Amino acid sequence: MLSAEDRRLLYVLSQDCRLTVEQLSIQTGLSCDYIEKKIQQWEKDKVIVKYSVLINHEKLEDDRVTALIDVKVLPQRGQGYDKIAQRFQKFPEIKSVYLMSGDFDLCLVVEGKNMHDIAQFVSDKLSPLDVIETTSTRFILRRYKDFGIEFHGEEERPQRLMITP
Amino acid sequence: MKQYLSPLALSLKPSGIRKFFDLAATMEDVISLGVGEPDFATPWVMREAAIYSLEQGQTMYTSNAGLIELRRELAKYLAKHQGLNYNPEKEILITVGASEAIDLAMRALINPGDGVLIPDPSFVAYAGCATLAGAEVHYVPTRAEHDFRLQVEDLQLAYTPNCKILVLSYPNNPTGAIMTREDLLPIARFASEHDLIVLSDEIYSDLTYAGNHTPFATLPYMNNRTLHVSGFSKAYAMTGWRVGYVAGHEDFIQTMTRIHQYTIMCAPIMAQVAALEGLRSGESAKREMIMEYDRRRRLMVNGFREMGLNCFEPLGAFYVFPEISVTGLSSDEFAEELLKEERVAVVPGTAFGPGGEGHIRCSYAYSTEQLLEALNRMNRFVKKRL
Ligand SMILES: Cc1ncc(COP(=O)(O)O)c(C=O)c1O
Repeated sequence: MLSAEDRRLLYVLSQDCRLTVEQLSIQTGLSCDYIEKKIQQWEKDKVIVKYSVLINHEKLEDDRVTALIDVKVLPQRGQGYDKIAQRFQKFPEIKSVYLMSGDFDLCLVVEGKNMHDIAQFVSDKLSPLDVIETTSTRFILRRYKDFGIEFHGEEERPQRLMITP
Repeated sequence: MKQYLSPLALSLKPSGIRKFFDLAATMEDVISLGVGEPDFATPWVMREAAIYSLEQGQTMYTSNAGLIELRRELAKYLAKHQGLNYNPEKEILITVGASEAIDLAMRALINPGDGVLIPDPSFVAYAGCATLAGAEVHYVPTRAEHDFRLQVEDLQLAYTPNCKILVLSYPNNPTGAIMTREDLLPIARFASEHDLIVLSDEIYSDLTYAGNHTPFATLPYMNNRTLHVSGFSKAYAMTGWRVGYVAGHEDFIQTMTRIHQYTIMCAPIMAQVAALEGLRSGESAKREMIMEYDRRRRLMVNGFREMGLNCFEPLGAFYVFPEISVTGLSSDEFAEELLKEERVAVVPGTAFGPGGEGHIRCSYAYSTEQLLEALNRMNRFVKKRL
């Protein structure tokens, strides 16, 4: 179980991973020493996997296309899905791989420069794999919300009075 | 036309907050730390529930005491999270904010001339409502050296035999002080010995950052003596909806319900619907807000201490209450000069009673960017005067 202190540290860190150890210490009430050791441990244990940045590519007009590809695979004797999923993991075009319930077995999130790019990837790389039975590709047309952040729509600006009891 | 007004109404003091409000309203680029409400909008699940109820045409009066589903859910919630047991049919009243509950309690209990003991400084409504009900207000000073926890010795000094109600308000607005079980026990003993009814306003109870909040009514023999007042404004970020509640002995609640029936009818139905949804599924949104407040709280305390101001660590609500007397200014002067010079609005401690002198109340219900900028400006202001 995560302690209240560690939960606090993870929360503050996940709000802004650029904070220095000193700043983290102020905002969590934990000592710099503790924080340094804890973060090192988490990095080593791959609890903290990466310090990343969430980019809104639409703003950059550096458009890219994302597709969700549902894949039905032919079960491999004695291997379950892990083997094939691990094979998919290796493709740099594939950003996420999930084992799913429902009609398909795996869901892949694939990124490319344009639709043609992704179509090519599916026909050249994926479909020829002997374990694949069928695929169904759906393109994402617009990203409204990702990682808990709203990308479109009006920002809420609650109007508060300047001073209230 | 003043001659037409009731002397009682005229005796109400103008709010110390008003002056700053008017002044700040004329300025631009003001960062305000003067607000006593969350910066979050109400969690979406609750707004959604209210929108849906409007679509369904739920726009009528509810029963005087409030939607029975809400009272039942609240009784369950209070039992599970606070160890409080109230019968939802008879011992809970849904009110128009905790504000109305405070007013009802005073009106139901006070005979003209009865004394009401109020910790000083604290939220402005207690003295106002007590006065309107014809009570005599007895302030009980609380002090920075005790982290603004109420001491039984001070209570003893302020007490006179006509006192009937003791107001407790922890976590406290404006100080952010909390009272632990150990702190409360001698107060409970005092209440028993002097036959006081305790109006315990615990609206900030969920915003407690160290240990668990102790509801006053859970202390030995205090259940019948306590009116447990709370509401959804703070922890669920629902200030504008106007919904709160009071729970206590059936005799008290029934009489308060009668007053409420004549003066208010019922709390707004959409607010009750949203509150019900909050109890059912708002817990995680609430937790997240609490995490965020906690981080800002530490940021603020550190900021003030680095400026060279004494600042005790507030363990509840969303206020810090640094001591500013080292600057040579009174609370009022500090707040006014700070606003004019650096465009930061804070509330002078004296707005919450005479015991607030020497302090200012800063709310941290703001984004970290705003808080850091405000601290920056205040640092400049304070450094010039040390
Ligand atoms: C201690 C305290 N009690 C009650 C209230 C009023 O709450 P409500 O919005 O439920 O009327 C406030 C609001 O500032 C408060 O600080």
